[in-house]
Amino acid sequence: MSTDTSFATRSHEENWLPVLVLAVEEVFEIMLGCRVKPAGESEHKAHGEFTAMVGLAGALCGVLTVSCDGETARQVAKRMLGDTADSEDQVADALGEICNMVAGNFKNKLAGTDERCLLSVPTVISGGQYSFRSLAEGNSMEAVLLFEGSPVAVRLQLQT
Amino acid sequence: MDKIRALIVDDSSVMRKIVERSLRQAGIELEKVVEASNGAEALAALQSNVVDLILCDINMPVMDGLEFVRQVATVDSAKGVPIVMITTEGSESHVVEALTAGARGYIRKPFTPDQVKEHVLPVLGRKV
Repeated sequence: MSTDTSFATRSHEENWLPVLVLAVEEVFEIMLGCRVKPAGESEHKAHGEFTAMVGLAGALCGVLTVSCDGETARQVAKRMLGDTADSEDQVADALGEICNMVAGNFKNKLAGTDERCLLSVPTVISGGQYSFRSLAEGNSMEAVLLFEGSPVAVRLQLQT
Repeated sequence: MDKIRALIVDDSSVMRKIVERSLRQAGIELEKVVEASNGAEALAALQSNVVDLILCDINMPVMDGLEFVRQVATVDSAKGVPIVMITTEGSESHVVEALTAGARGYIRKPFTPDQVKEHVLPVLGRKV
């Protein structure tokens, strides 16, 4: 699938960051039963000990990532599963599903996009010693939200 | 109400647990829950398990949910078993494709237990 240039242009002309933030807020509220709020500038450090990513192809081409530290990722899993969330696999699975739902919720909010944009299955990286570089270098946006006081970074990188 | 046997198909084990919990929260008593992580595993599970309800994701490795729904029609023991899709793919075309393939309901992730109740009870012939 090739990138639809009209959507690539729209991503520059329209401010999609509030749409992305809303998509994140809804997923946390519905699936975890808690509200997240945008972090202040001084709280903008989200350590990417866990990074979940979902690829987008078609009308929108790029990658959406959700990053947070290990304790926050474990807390996300506990919110989803209760106290039975104890293994690293479950923590990664939970964060991957959050990323998947944020990506789906985001594209469903963009009129005309959801019909022609496909999502990959999620991938999750754990361990902080890596650098992340997407080949979809073009328009990117990032929102850092506080989940139970800890930063969670959501980044969308689109190919233009 | 009678207890039911459910097949839950999702590549995320976390999501399978959440779907199971949502069914219980909807007041559906479960006699048995069979889990599968993709369509191919689900088809294999249907060879040795009789179920009353199937809940299925779309985006999965090996065999996706839409292909699974198409192939369920060829499994004698699963003919007529209601299938409800639970997926992030919320586009009209995906909904139409799933319903055309044989699904009876469609729930978009993220979802609430009430939405599960609203979509699942009718396909089981129960009042919401």
